[in-house]
Amino acid sequence: MATSWQEIFDLGSRANENGSAAAEPGPARRGVFRRLRESLSKSRQALTEEISASLFDRIDEETWERLEEALILADAGAPTTAAVVERLEHEVESGSVPADGVAVRDRLIAILAEVAATGWEPIDLSAEPAVLMMVGVNGTGKTTTIGKIAWHLSKEFGLSVVLAAADTYRAAAAEQLETWAERAGAELIRGEAGADPGSVAYDAIGAARARGADVVIVDTAGRLHTQTDLMDELAKVRRVIAKQIPEAPHETLISIDATTGQNGLRQAQIFSEAVEVDGVVLTKLDGTAKGGIALAIAGDLGIPVKLIGVGETLEDLRPFDPEDYAKALLAE
Amino acid sequence: MFDQLSDRLQSTLSEVRSRGKLSESDVDAAMREIRLALLEADVNFKVVKSFTRTLKERCLGAEVMDSLDPGQQVVKIVNEELAELMGGTGEELAMAASGPTVILMSGLQGSGKTTACAKLAQYFRKQNKDVALAACDVYRPAAVEQLVTMGGRAGAHVYEQGTEADPVDIASWALDRAREERRDVLIIDTAGRLHIDQELMAELAKIRKKTDPDDVLLVVDAMTGQDAVGVAESFAEAAEFDGVVMTKLDGDARGGAALSVKAVTGKPILFASTGEKIEDFDRFHPDRMAQRILGMGDVLSLIEKAETQVDEKSAEELQEKLKKDQFTLEDFLTQMKQVRKMGPLSGILGMLPGMGAMKQLKNANIDERELDRTEAIILSMTPAERADPHIIKGSRRKRIANGSGTKVQQVNALVKQFDQMRVMMRSMANGKMPSPEQMMAMQGGGAPRPKIRRR
Repeated sequence: MATSWQEIFDLGSRANENGSAAAEPGPARRGVFRRLRESLSKSRQALTEEISASLFDRIDEETWERLEEALILADAGAPTTAAVVERLEHEVESGSVPADGVAVRDRLIAILAEVAATGWEPIDLSAEPAVLMMVGVNGTGKTTTIGKIAWHLSKEFGLSVVLAAADTYRAAAAEQLETWAERAGAELIRGEAGADPGSVAYDAIGAARARGADVVIVDTAGRLHTQTDLMDELAKVRRVIAKQIPEAPHETLISIDATTGQNGLRQAQIFSEAVEVDGVVLTKLDGTAKGGIALAIAGDLGIPVKLIGVGETLEDLRPFDPEDYAKALLAE
Repeated sequence: MFDQLSDRLQSTLSEVRSRGKLSESDVDAAMREIRLALLEADVNFKVVKSFTRTLKERCLGAEVMDSLDPGQQVVKIVNEELAELMGGTGEELAMAASGPTVILMSGLQGSGKTTACAKLAQYFRKQNKDVALAACDVYRPAAVEQLVTMGGRAGAHVYEQGTEADPVDIASWALDRAREERRDVLIIDTAGRLHIDQELMAELAKIRKKTDPDDVLLVVDAMTGQDAVGVAESFAEAAEFDGVVMTKLDGDARGGAALSVKAVTGKPILFASTGEKIEDFDRFHPDRMAQRILGMGDVLSLIEKAETQVDEKSAEELQEKLKKDQFTLEDFLTQMKQVRKMGPLSGILGMLPGMGAMKQLKNANIDERELDRTEAIILSMTPAERADPHIIKGSRRKRIANGSGTKVQQVNALVKQFDQMRVMMRSMANGKMPSPEQMMAMQGGGAPRPKIRRR
């Protein structure tokens, strides 16, 4: 059973008023699901296929080697791969898992799902207004993800959303967010190009409080985690946000491109040091990349994936389901 | 860039280098380490397999085993094979004999195409070429606006028809216009697309057919993992790209994508994008990059970088002064200012042989303020003191320290360092520039690593 949108957001006291509307599968909703199935059936097999059955036909030294190879090819990285394979191998040898293809496969899925879900909690939007900050390296899909989250919150949960265009650096970033704001029916607060990103965020939260909006989503400029001054700037944006509401941002998400290799771990680590990241949005999973780095990020840093991006349309942002993900991770 | 890969390979190799004789098991152990280092660096699994196989064969061959210095030979082979893996010596973009040279840019979403377009435009603008950009990304919101803004910054003409027109039509319209307006180069920006999106890949093939580009470039994010190879293969099929632009090389990516793409598609990496600024873009030199990964430095790139910043005449004057031992603190100040124009020091140091091995330097976020202080100290000296720092004693020292807001000890340290530097520079000016191999040998072989002098 896949994780639902109701499970992924903690809406606090708002859950009862609005949640039911989204849960009812009205005509519009059915359309959404049909679209989803269609898009999945096209070129998006990545998430529907399962670990190839042949992997555990026979269980011997070669099995573990092939499993290692598959995990490395999925970008899980050498340390995570070694840990997972060692654990499974040990369990099979000690007899706690029967040396039978199906049992070993199921156990592998359980282990991978467990690692991927380390530290999982719903996205905390219980505060009024709740502030969600989006961070990440350039080109990982921050603005697009924000547009889609805003759309879900506004169209499916009936919440009023304010978007803060705090990416004042990249050319046309605010215009890109504006397009999304229109689609989602959200309000956009923007500053001049080159304006202080903190002040844009501050104004947006101020506006949201004045209007009694439910959620503020702060878009930030993409930056490489190695650029110390830009990371300092991001930490400052967070501090400025806290001046409006001391507990804010209530949720900080980092977008990680599923095609990213071992470098993704450093990205998550350094961003987390700067702004306390609560979760990962694993984007571009509709390609052939498996995003195995998410395992390393969850396992090593305790920052789990909360949302995944599987395509370009609004419905292609989805709650992360550890078990589905584990099944797809080793698909051929 | 590539620091971690570089670290691991260097430590493996320094181990090998320190041995007088190599057994097969020594080579095996080294290969295991190299294999792991490459996997951790995101080099494609299959590429790693074949790379280590070739490497091992060569290392066990007669050229190594019979040599007097087998360790050194192994280093040489790894260097050669790494360079080969990344594309041997640098290849060139094809330029049109007449009419505009057409360059088609392609790649996944978020790999940095639009930015790379503007940077490439700027690269050609520096060669006094008249450049036009065609905005064919009609899908991503505000992509056209981004290209208009960035292209404008690069001094290029941007041809756009908004987001309603068909990308194939925009491309061929832009080509006609570039011909009409006699531009030297036309760079076509396209929307990011997934390599398995057949519809969009077909569109890319159509743009290619319609515009018959001289070069098709694939833009690849340096942080890409194992999937880089699959992506490159699909784009090779649909767009028949000729070369690669590696982006986001200013991060701490370990460069596996760079190493794998060439190996699998046979297409060279032509350009590297290394920063936020529009100028942070340059030719990619595989051989030099291999040397850099092995800590042999990249003196050639450094020299080229210096050439663009330092004018020839003053460089010659300096050389003369160095030879004649007339180098003064005044010259030092001028030099320092010129070097700082080349960008942050940490970047420059990465190009110097052996610097990769110096932990203090690499991890140090080099404090540019320290350089400001050095400048302040020199600026607080009289011309006579700058010409001959030996006259700086008691009261002069105090005055300089007060004038520059530093301490007497710091003034002392600078004068002392300057002396040492003068000795070193004199020998270099007389043509005794150590070769990268010599510098490598200096570090290895169990000899103490050069200590870094702290400022």
